[in-house]
Amino acid sequence: MSDHDNYSDAHIRDILASVRSIAMIGASANKVRPSYFAATYLIAKGYDLYPINVGQAGNEIAGVMTYASLGDLPEPVDMVDVFRRAEALPGIVDEIMAMPHLPKIVWLQLGIRDDNIARKLEAEGMTVIQNRCPKIEYGRHCGEIAWVGVNRRIISAKKPILKPGYQHFTLEGQHA
Amino acid sequence: MSNEPGFDTLAIHAGAQPDPATGARITPIYQTASFVFDDVDHAAALFGLQAFGNIYTRITNPTTAVLEERVAALEGGTAALAVASGHAAQLIVMHALMQPGDEFIASRKLYGGSINQFGQSFKSFDWHVKWAEGTAASDFEAQITPKTKAIFIESLANPGGVVMDINGIAEVARKHHVPLIVDNTMATPYLCRPIEHGADIVVESLTKFLAGHGNSMGGIIVDGGTFDWGKDNRYPVLTQPRPEYNDIVLAETFGNFAFAIACRVLGLRDLGPAISPFNAFQIITGIETLALRMQRHCDNALKVAEYLEGHDKVEWVSYAGLQSDEHNKLQKQYMPKGAGGVFTFGVKGGYEAGVSLVSNVQIFSHLANIGDTRSLVIHPASTTHRQLDDDQQKAAGAGADVIRVSIGIEDADDLIADLAQALKQL
Repeated sequence: MSDHDNYSDAHIRDILASVRSIAMIGASANKVRPSYFAATYLIAKGYDLYPINVGQAGNEIAGVMTYASLGDLPEPVDMVDVFRRAEALPGIVDEIMAMPHLPKIVWLQLGIRDDNIARKLEAEGMTVIQNRCPKIEYGRHCGEIAWVGVNRRIISAKKPILKPGYQHFTLEGQHA
Repeated sequence: MSNEPGFDTLAIHAGAQPDPATGARITPIYQTASFVFDDVDHAAALFGLQAFGNIYTRITNPTTAVLEERVAALEGGTAALAVASGHAAQLIVMHALMQPGDEFIASRKLYGGSINQFGQSFKSFDWHVKWAEGTAASDFEAQITPKTKAIFIESLANPGGVVMDINGIAEVARKHHVPLIVDNTMATPYLCRPIEHGADIVVESLTKFLAGHGNSMGGIIVDGGTFDWGKDNRYPVLTQPRPEYNDIVLAETFGNFAFAIACRVLGLRDLGPAISPFNAFQIITGIETLALRMQRHCDNALKVAEYLEGHDKVEWVSYAGLQSDEHNKLQKQYMPKGAGGVFTFGVKGGYEAGVSLVSNVQIFSHLANIGDTRSLVIHPASTTHRQLDDDQQKAAGAGADVIRVSIGIEDADDLIADLAQALKQL
């Protein structure tokens, strides 16, 4: 099993720079929930996001179509981001295992960690990140989160990469 | 980088990458009040705290952000908020923690300005300080009531050079589930990192040793990321929906840097004491040499203190770096690299002798500040602490005979010679 106490910055950056499509389990339609914030941010960064929320299936969340389950997705995804309580994990793992094309990455949100489940997913060749938020990690690595005073714990003599428009940094082109 | 960089590397690099638009290597001074939005959706995302970015310099500014990340890194915190002064930092911290009628416990060994702010001005907000008269953890625990919302100490207390037992007081704070706030102005993170000793929040006047040159006002709040705000719902600013942000719950949305965000998007936004980007730039530049300066301040201060300790016109010297000092043991535990650049001593002859000494020094500047590259001197009883009565002055370590010096980074021999000639005139 990989070391879930310490993910290297390069590992996280590589994942975020290589992934293109993300299914977000537990994406909320409530505009002040953390999952909604993360969804809008990841969409703004150019990811193809697929909200998974059985109660919102057929509706748009943050402007994109929502699906009831991973089995309903119209195409394979690179990453599954789990924004649910730990109790929901076993069922979600079954759903992932039943996907016709397994995702390369399974990402468990801040506060969720289960090493047994991680081991099970890793045994099938998936890379697992636990107890992290992709929005925070993206913000750390592209540099934007520093604008609100957050300690990124990253130092660099390279410049942040600008996206078109005002005040947007990107990880595009940062994949090693 | 996978290994945590060392202190000196962080002091130079943390927060500061080359400018993305121009390649400028030194952080530019973004001297602008406002920032352009892409479109109305981008503006809405920024106002709703959904996107990271700048709206208005009262709330965020890219130059100030470099300062914030740098100090957060040096203190080992999750995030920071820079404001106009150390006093503004204290006001904003308490604004986030306190409701009308609440209490907090503060050490009596504090900078005189803080004693005023807590004891007088905060009464207008119906926030009530309870003083811990001694320095032992039990002195703090004795003041705990159901209304207590925080404990406040200075790591190295101004002006008496008292080293506080941060671990012991942090244990009391943890036991009663209130955050421990440590003012680390006099020690700086070079000498002491309070979060490593159990502090939850660090505040500092940046004007002093961090900036180092006495040319810019600033203050900072560092979020340790250690406190569980949701545990018992006693901090509604963090755990209740905020109507001004569509009912967002800050603790849930911003996790272990929620306190710093709360201070920014509520306290700083609504009370308004923003730091100027120019001052942030000056302070960033100063911090690059913090380790070099701070060690020299400590080395010089020890030499001067040892000289004064042997002088027949000096009654006593209170410097934790001296072997003879009652705080020497705690100093070696909490700040082994040195006891800082500020200390007090008593001149024989009381008030008049104190006034004479500060009038006759030639290199030392007679002024109300500490932490400058140049040496500074003040007679607290006639200046910074004159608003306190005799008992309060004594309790704060600022009695009639007390002289406070802030030892600069000049040649120690010149400082000793200057004090020698001034003492000779007593």
